[in-house]
Amino acid sequence: MAKVLIIGSGGAGLVSALSAHESGAEVIIASKTLPTRSQTSMAQGGMNAVLGANDTIQNHIDDTFRSSAGLGDEARITFMCEKAPEAIRWCNAIGLPFSRNKSGEIARRRLGGASAPRACYAQDYTGLKLLHTLYDQCLKAGITFKNERFLLNLIVDEETNRVLGATFLDIESGEVEEIRADAVILSTGGYGGLYGKHSTNSVQATGDGLAAAVRAGAKLADMEFVQFHPTALKNSSILISESARGAGGYLLNSHKERFTDELAPRDIVARAIHDEITNGGAVYLDIRHLGEEFINHELPQERKLAQIYEGIDPVHELIPIKPSAHYSMGGIEVDAHCMSSVLGLFAVGECANHKTHGANRLGGNSLLELVVFGLHCGANASEYGAKHPSPIIDNHQLAKDTNFVRGVMYFTNQIDFYQKQEMLANIFYNNVGLVRDDMGLKAVLGAIRQMQRELPFMGPRDKSKACNTNLVEFIEFGNKIELSEIIVVSAISRVESRGAHYRIDAPARNDQMFGAHTITWKEDGVLCADFMQ
Amino acid sequence: MEINVLRSADSTAQCYNIELENVTLLTILNHIKTKIDPTLTYSHGCRSGVCGSCAVRVNGREVLMCEYKPLDGDTVEPIRNTRVIRDLVVDSSPIERFNATAKAWSEDSIEGNISDEEAHRIETQSDCILCTSCYSACPVYAVNPDFIGPFALTRVWRYVNDLRETNSDAKIAAVQTNGIWDCTLCGECVPVCPQNIAPKQDITMLRMKSSMLGYQDPNAGIAFGGGLDFGTPMF
Repeated sequence: MAKVLIIGSGGAGLVSALSAHESGAEVIIASKTLPTRSQTSMAQGGMNAVLGANDTIQNHIDDTFRSSAGLGDEARITFMCEKAPEAIRWCNAIGLPFSRNKSGEIARRRLGGASAPRACYAQDYTGLKLLHTLYDQCLKAGITFKNERFLLNLIVDEETNRVLGATFLDIESGEVEEIRADAVILSTGGYGGLYGKHSTNSVQATGDGLAAAVRAGAKLADMEFVQFHPTALKNSSILISESARGAGGYLLNSHKERFTDELAPRDIVARAIHDEITNGGAVYLDIRHLGEEFINHELPQERKLAQIYEGIDPVHELIPIKPSAHYSMGGIEVDAHCMSSVLGLFAVGECANHKTHGANRLGGNSLLELVVFGLHCGANASEYGAKHPSPIIDNHQLAKDTNFVRGVMYFTNQIDFYQKQEMLANIFYNNVGLVRDDMGLKAVLGAIRQMQRELPFMGPRDKSKACNTNLVEFIEFGNKIELSEIIVVSAISRVESRGAHYRIDAPARNDQMFGAHTITWKEDGVLCADFMQ
Repeated sequence: MEINVLRSADSTAQCYNIELENVTLLTILNHIKTKIDPTLTYSHGCRSGVCGSCAVRVNGREVLMCEYKPLDGDTVEPIRNTRVIRDLVVDSSPIERFNATAKAWSEDSIEGNISDEEAHRIETQSDCILCTSCYSACPVYAVNPDFIGPFALTRVWRYVNDLRETNSDAKIAAVQTNGIWDCTLCGECVPVCPQNIAPKQDITMLRMKSSMLGYQDPNAGIAFGGGLDFGTPMF
């Protein structure tokens, strides 16, 4: 029986776990938090699938491919869209409580960029209800959870480029441990947390899996592509769902005038808002005309959050908004079987790049991706592990990481890493955000290189061994620094504009030079980048 | 503003004086951790009330830190009925333990259509974010630490009451021992739920369903002191 180690317990991890278990593997899920506390709980909109007669799978494929701006892989998009109806049926069969339409079918709504209403949803809680349904099924299957395990590194045999397991910090005890397995799946989520208070993401979205993967020799793809959501609350970046505009909400500038088509694709609306704000104005979302009854019924979360975080009531007042970092299109480069460039190391969900979103993700395709590719990845990892059992060989990773966790306590703390982290988030939002140029990007790269040198002068100030969240946050900061360099180098290399990557100094798309994926990896600690088909 | 936080190292409340007005408790704790005292330890995630990480007690009442705006002099403590790991971080293993004991999952279901009204039957119960506020507020744990408890029983009712479930009766068996009959129906779990779920009502519904299936309240006899045998012939 193959032993499959899954790292990360959001939707992608739990679907993979159920699939690997179904395929006969022994499954262990290690995660830095409790499964139901992951980012998936925040997904609101829905999960795309063609179920009715008024829509075709080809339309879903075409919409997704068009939105990907040349970086989507047609075969994998086709695979995902064709599997979508089956994925919805699977979710329904395990108990996901979908909202229903008048005839009792699973209800669908139209999201941005879709030619038909095809996002199946469960009120504004699609991600929350999916995640909890999956968790219940994992308990039923008796899957082993190791919670509060913070991923440090993957264990890789350098001779054979074969993954053997991973090392973790047991947050509660403060001990470093290793878990060996025949196959490892990374499902650790995206890196939106890098943008700090300018991101709609959970504070946990620090890209730990991607950073560990690149340290282990895996390749990353298209890291410069980060989707910005047009409407997040101005002060807190808490998401105001697209359904507020879908239902007829207006965007107003500081003169209280409309300035853009509210239902254009996300990147276009976000840039229009960005331009208004850059020109010294504020931007507001106006839903007052929708009426109190409608708002209470359709947007209750939004009303509550605007009251808490902006101190305004959207029924009577304008909502101050700004665009915020929302989804990481870039991720670990994987093949059609979800395996990375390291043998036995798989990746799935937002931390992977399945080439289904390309340069711009459609709303409703991320939950779909994690179910379709989760089922696929779990079975593949199980099969790989059964065919190629992991060799029992010595490896120094555990000793190295134990030493690191011990040694980091002696870092000098002359520089406050929380302050640097806030600065990194600000310069990323301003220079590696919606609008980029060569000079701004290079300035950020300089700042990152400086922070890399300064890391030994930072470190955790809390010296406790047990449950040291200051230590965890410092290692997360290290991962952010590791990834930020890769993102900026990718963004500097791509001297064109495409999807979410907009260069004001090269505003046109250039397929001849850049119609390819930005592949990045490290060789002996040196970052390498190239464009590859 | 003065905020008192119970620290686990010496089991006393530490007072922090913060110059922030009209912000959430989570914002204040983040300010303390990153600017004043990095040893202060707590859990958080989404900042928007869906991940269930940040439940604590303020002046003895359960709240989510990301939704609560503190007042001068508030005292913040970890939630109850579970082991404190450090400061406001508690052992979350009761979530897995009680949901597994209660078999709170779908056993088998049918695919057919169900109406919007029928789907509404489990809408509120499936809004649960497993923040464990209800569990912290429950007084039964003082006498029975094995009580399956409010969040897990609500979850069982969510599956029993799901029209797609084909064998919902079988789910009732798992909640007879240390389950529905151990609840005192005091209702402490209801006002603390950030998602407006009423576990007490769900437990009442599970009791009715159990009675219909022939299960009996094992405490019914004891309630009368065991001395009155009204149903027993006198000869």
